[in-house]
Amino acid sequence: MTTPGRFPEPYGHGSGANLADILERVLDKGIVIAGDIRINLLDIELLTIKLRLIVASVDKAKEMGIDWWETDPALSSRARRDELTRENVELRERLARLEELELGRAPKEAP
Amino acid sequence: MTGLRYVYAVCRPFGTPLQSQLTGVGGAPPGLLHHHGLIAVVSQVPEADFGEEALKAHLEDLDWLSATARAHQGVIDALTTVTTPLPLRLGTVFRDCSGVRTMIEAREEDFRRTLDRLEGRVEWGVKLYLEPEPEPEPEPESAPAGPAAEPRPGSGRDYLRRRRTSTHAQEERWQRAEAFARTLHERLSRNSEDSRLHAPQNSALSTVPGRNVLNAAYLVPRAHSEEFVELVDRTKDEAPGIRVELTGPWAAYSFVGEAAP
Repeated sequence: MTTPGRFPEPYGHGSGANLADILERVLDKGIVIAGDIRINLLDIELLTIKLRLIVASVDKAKEMGIDWWETDPALSSRARRDELTRENVELRERLARLEELELGRAPKEAP
Repeated sequence: MTGLRYVYAVCRPFGTPLQSQLTGVGGAPPGLLHHHGLIAVVSQVPEADFGEEALKAHLEDLDWLSATARAHQGVIDALTTVTTPLPLRLGTVFRDCSGVRTMIEAREEDFRRTLDRLEGRVEWGVKLYLEPEPEPEPEPESAPAGPAAEPRPGSGRDYLRRRRTSTHAQEERWQRAEAFARTLHERLSRNSEDSRLHAPQNSALSTVPGRNVLNAAYLVPRAHSEEFVELVDRTKDEAPGIRVELTGPWAAYSFVGEAAP
């Protein structure tokens, strides 16, 4: 028989606890009371998107319209692709400008 | 010198003193504010860090936020060992003690009802991970053994067949994991008073290996916690390739609201 009230050793939330687990609880769960200092943690915009993402799944974050990682080249291959596209566009524009210059010069050179 | 009041939790009066070396957010020791037969666990915090603007700015600083979150959780944790606290969300700050008292009066009925419902209960977190995909076996250039192996390695048809096989294998792993998650959740729900399913944590962000397929919280009477923990432990070897992770005992963070989220 076990002693009533005896508590199993804590699992996984001592000093080395997973920060995501702690944030998930202290930011997302618990009783919501707006103190008379008006920090309303219900307003997602108060937290940076990155911090929200630690506790929200990527899919959920996407539903909330949070998708910064998709434009961060370090995190997304699509963003890297977009970067290439952008570079491409830029190069094309420069080429077009050069060609215009070339054309502009052409008539003068013509006899 | 004035300071704002940071409130961690509301609970009923309890006999045991808090650990003397316990520090709250910002380093000040938490104290107990008695009002209307309830207790608010509060500590003094500097206006410079916890005023509205400062707090907003700090919440965007991951280092500050994680230190504060750990301190908050540290106090809640200490309370959980001596009583049943109702944890407030991080960053609940009042001008002064009379603001805290007013809040207690406004919510008195709510607090009492919730305290009755949660008295003597704790929360256990159970997460299930699908272990990272085993490295795909390097496809040998020469024909591999096996009934399906064709004597023409490297052909397009071989490639497609291998692709299909590996897609199937992955699909199966998923289905097995989902089925296991469902069974486990049912079993644990039967052995707890209440449960909540939380959004799976993204592995890239929680920095834990494997894909999180179940992220649940269970409300368990303190006195039955050992059985619950043993029950979870027993499931750990049931499904190969799936990792079961247990955290707790937590204050009943996920169950202080009235309705299921």
